[in-house]
Amino acid sequence: MTDATLPTAAATDLRRLVEARLKRRHAQERRFRLYGRIAIIVALSFLAVLLGRIVHQGYTTFIDNQIGVSVYLDPAKIDRTDIGGANYDQMVAESLLTKLGETDDEYGEKSGKILEIMSNDLGFQLLKQVRADPSVIGKRVTVTGPVKSDASLYYKGEIKRSTPQDSRKLDDQQLDWLDELKAAGAIKSGFNFGFLTRSDSTEPEQAGVLGAIVGSLMMLFVTAFLAVPIGVLAATYLEEFAPKNRWTDIIEVNINNLAAVPSIVYGLLGLAVFINWLAVPRSSPLVGGLVLALMALPTVIIATRSALKAVPPSIREAALGVGASRTQTVFHHVLPLAMPGVMTGAILSLAHALGETAPLLMIGMVSFVPGVPESLTGSATVLPVQVFIWETASERGFHERTAAAIIVLLVFMIVMNLTAILVRRRFERRW
Amino acid sequence: MPSQRDDVAAHAEAPVHIAVDRVHAAAPVGGIKIRARDVNVFYGEKQALFDVGLDVPERAVTALIGPSGCGKSTFLRSINRMNDTIPGCKVKGRIELDGEDINDRSIDPVVLRARVGMVFQKPNPFPKTIFENVAYGARIHGLTTSKSELEALVETSLKKAGLWGEVADRLHQPGTGLSGGQQQRLVIARAVAIRPQVLLMDEPCSALDPISTLKVEELINELKKEFTIVIVTHNMQQAARVSDYTAFMYVGDLIEFGNTDKLFTKPSMKQTEDYITGKYG
Amino acid sequence: MLTWLALAALTLFSIAAYMAARRRAVATAGGKTAGLHSLPGYHGAYAALWAGVPAALLVLMIAMFGGRLEAGLLRLDAPTAVQTLTAPQQDVFYDDARALARGGQPSETSYVGTLRTALDAKVARSSQLQRMIDYGALSLAVVLALAGFALAYPRIGVQFRARNRVEGWIAALFVICSVTAVLTTVGIVASLVWESWRFFQAVPPLQFLFGTEWDPQIAMRTDQYATSGAFGAVPLFVGTFLIMIIAMAVAAPIGLFSAIYLSEYASPWTRSVVKPMLEILAGVPTVVYGFFAALTVGPLFRGFFNWIGGMLVGGPMDGFGLYLMQVQNQMALVAGAVMGIMLIPFVSSLSDDIINAVPQSLRDGSLAMGATRSETVKKVVLPAALPGIMAALLLAISRAVGETMIVTMAAGLQAKTTLNPLDTVTTVTVQIVTLLTGDQEFDSPKTLAAFGLGLTLFVVTLMLNIVALRIVQKYREQYD
Repeated sequence: MTDATLPTAAATDLRRLVEARLKRRHAQERRFRLYGRIAIIVALSFLAVLLGRIVHQGYTTFIDNQIGVSVYLDPAKIDRTDIGGANYDQMVAESLLTKLGETDDEYGEKSGKILEIMSNDLGFQLLKQVRADPSVIGKRVTVTGPVKSDASLYYKGEIKRSTPQDSRKLDDQQLDWLDELKAAGAIKSGFNFGFLTRSDSTEPEQAGVLGAIVGSLMMLFVTAFLAVPIGVLAATYLEEFAPKNRWTDIIEVNINNLAAVPSIVYGLLGLAVFINWLAVPRSSPLVGGLVLALMALPTVIIATRSALKAVPPSIREAALGVGASRTQTVFHHVLPLAMPGVMTGAILSLAHALGETAPLLMIGMVSFVPGVPESLTGSATVLPVQVFIWETASERGFHERTAAAIIVLLVFMIVMNLTAILVRRRFERRW
Repeated sequence: MPSQRDDVAAHAEAPVHIAVDRVHAAAPVGGIKIRARDVNVFYGEKQALFDVGLDVPERAVTALIGPSGCGKSTFLRSINRMNDTIPGCKVKGRIELDGEDINDRSIDPVVLRARVGMVFQKPNPFPKTIFENVAYGARIHGLTTSKSELEALVETSLKKAGLWGEVADRLHQPGTGLSGGQQQRLVIARAVAIRPQVLLMDEPCSALDPISTLKVEELINELKKEFTIVIVTHNMQQAARVSDYTAFMYVGDLIEFGNTDKLFTKPSMKQTEDYITGKYG
Repeated sequence: MLTWLALAALTLFSIAAYMAARRRAVATAGGKTAGLHSLPGYHGAYAALWAGVPAALLVLMIAMFGGRLEAGLLRLDAPTAVQTLTAPQQDVFYDDARALARGGQPSETSYVGTLRTALDAKVARSSQLQRMIDYGALSLAVVLALAGFALAYPRIGVQFRARNRVEGWIAALFVICSVTAVLTTVGIVASLVWESWRFFQAVPPLQFLFGTEWDPQIAMRTDQYATSGAFGAVPLFVGTFLIMIIAMAVAAPIGLFSAIYLSEYASPWTRSVVKPMLEILAGVPTVVYGFFAALTVGPLFRGFFNWIGGMLVGGPMDGFGLYLMQVQNQMALVAGAVMGIMLIPFVSSLSDDIINAVPQSLRDGSLAMGATRSETVKKVVLPAALPGIMAALLLAISRAVGETMIVTMAAGLQAKTTLNPLDTVTTVTVQIVTLLTGDQEFDSPKTLAAFGLGLTLFVVTLMLNIVALRIVQKYREQYD
């Protein structure tokens, strides 16, 4: 039956048949390609919108408005035996009123309004100066501090005069004062160093990320200190020494699955084992680092194993061939050659740990920590959790700080990722 | 002929283009299916083919031989424009199929590839059933209008590929479950199902055992009654066994082309003689 | 502090041991190190390990468990005044005694009369115990260090196989590190199962898994456990499912089509630009997505639906319009959509790997038949890659189910059994966070419920992962 003819397509027909449907097929092709393009464009525009929106919401935090005011420390108002008992905020407010050419009424309504536009940090600074040197009582001193976050929002155009008075935080008079102070040069805007040098506070204008940065670094230190050596050694053992048997199979499957366990489960583990059973202090960088170390461990192991796999067997054979023991072969030759890959993997998993939030909520890191954490066992907060805490705060001033904290967090992550890329570029070796 | 030869003077010492002229002289009488002139192929900066010219006779087997890396497969892939799918690959020159320039803008590679089928080195059945593998071309090109027509087409094609007897009772099992030789014949059945005019074979037997190779070679002999076949092979004995005409290529140049019997017995070029006598390759 | 000092001292002692043993090794070989079985450094390391490690382990153990040991010992022979207290009161009493002994802040309980005397006695006892444990451990550590050194030092000699011994230590370290991963799993399973078991004693598992009412706020009092607590998790499962479906509806098509475009169509240049950008999207912490969902997407969607609602009100779809006008920021759609964005790079990079693993020969085969690229993708590449892609989607589902921050910040707290994407739902992870943040008694069923939810979450994601990883492994073997 070799000369059986094909039912339809005689040789000359083929072209006609194919061409008949060609238009439709090419249209389909174009459509399909378009879907792909659209998908990519959508994904990238999500990225652009996400980052753009955060920068847009957050960049204003890095500009702040500092108010400088000279205050006469009236000896009549300060009791030298009880320096802390005086109302320094009121003194600042009254000095400002005088400067504005206003006099306070008897109910203190106007000074009350002033207190709504200047931070109580000014009064606090005054108290500190008097405490440090009581001889300043009776003299004029100048204090400089941030304006209240609502006032700052006005300068940044977030609170507008065009909004009806009762639906904005500041009334017309307060806005007039702010304009006047600005015109008089009493309020200057500049880079907000305070945001990077202060820690959390109940007042948005005084809140900063230093405490969270330090907390993050301490926690990351614990994580790196545990996860990297343990992970590298475990991977080295599994890749270079372990016999291939049921046990190592179980360990391998187990590691792959651990890498996909939801992070919140690690939080539950930390709560049950580290806090309740081992009595590690709650909210501490130590317990956070322990939890994140367990979480980062599988990824470090997986990265290290693939780096070790990339080292060609000829290197091992060469070392064994000159009489090195297996341990010597691994430590003198294989591991050093795999090091760039190991470091890249380790840095990337640490960067991931840096951004992790959920498990830390379980182990009490959501608490309000107004200072810089002092020890690994003290209370601390970390950057992503700070973001979470501020996001849930109701004041508008915290929202821009949340976005700014995110910017700081992203900068840290970008630095870590760039480091990883640089390590890879600098030391990468192709076999 | 081409002046750009000077650019690559360092590359080949032999005045190869003279050989090219001789090729035309040696070209067979009878129908010419494919006519290639001045074909140059570049992979990025690297040139893989230099001014290849060749006339492929109709309904005959033309073998391309030569040491690996000589450009046989590259030339083969230019005939159905499969080189288009490789990023950075550029084909220059003229290749005619029935007098039409296949690189012309008006030629759609989809139609061209329907007319010029191809079989690859490693059997590559799709991860589908045997039936669906053979029906693939008819389905995408819309060649059949009814189920019975399609079934008839599949049967005929499998018979042509000499596979029907072996797979008739398991048409709906995966094609990947067949043996290597069967897979390669399945792929041939898949290619002939759309009834192309030309069949390109890129070392179709290099991954097969001797018995399967024999079967495929017999099949080629059978198929040349209907199709123009161009086969690339590593194996000189195979070229001698299956082909009517043979072209010898070396480092991107076509050295010699002629009747297979003549080329293997009385090669006119020294390089050809060295190759077929096993001095290199 | 004492721990750090002890560890520092042990380090110094180990270094000294190293140098001493090394010198002895060289000396026994008569200065010719070639005569030694092992290099002198190995002899040194052998002695240093014996001198340092056992003692350091003891110091660390005491640092970790010393406090618990002391607390246990403190409770022995309780004064009668204390025995009359209830169990929780006793806990407070002993906590206060220990806090006072450390100069810390006690609770606000006032102790008078015999109780006061008992407290003072226990404060003194606590300090005494603390000192006893610390110095006892310290002297034991000194003994261990010296004994270790005394054991190791005499063995140093020409024939001694120090290298093999040291490598034995290293092998032990290797095994311990590898077992850490297994221990983590054991820890997860044990803690989840143990706490859940306690929870299931208060709330029957069937009631938990199939109950349709979730209101953990009621059962606050300890005597109320099983009677009036509403711990039916079905609304949470439904909410989790709804948000997961929305997320996958966003992530699966966009991620898949991106992967197809990148692996089948894009030029190397496009790939080199787009892939790192998708990696950035993948690297953004989830808390950032949560912030984006809560403060940008939520208000945006609400505004949009309210606007549509406003246009429909008064028309034939008046009721629907009114409904739309009441839509809140915390709708399932917002959390789901943002979670979908988060999953795009995840789906895309996994599918990209999978699609790239399909051999080029299959593509060539199809293209050579005259198929267009899209036909090749749809009829050959995707069917070939299907198991792998299914596995990638399963892994994405597992991530969506376990994702916490986005839903905590953008989904609500109301446990409703609904599949309406405009409604507010809550998820398993949100409830775990809500139940465990803030200070409560650890043993209350409220906190234990979090472990019940955690166990459910763990089991579900584990099954998804195991199945997915199996499929991927088989898939890779097929094309390797």
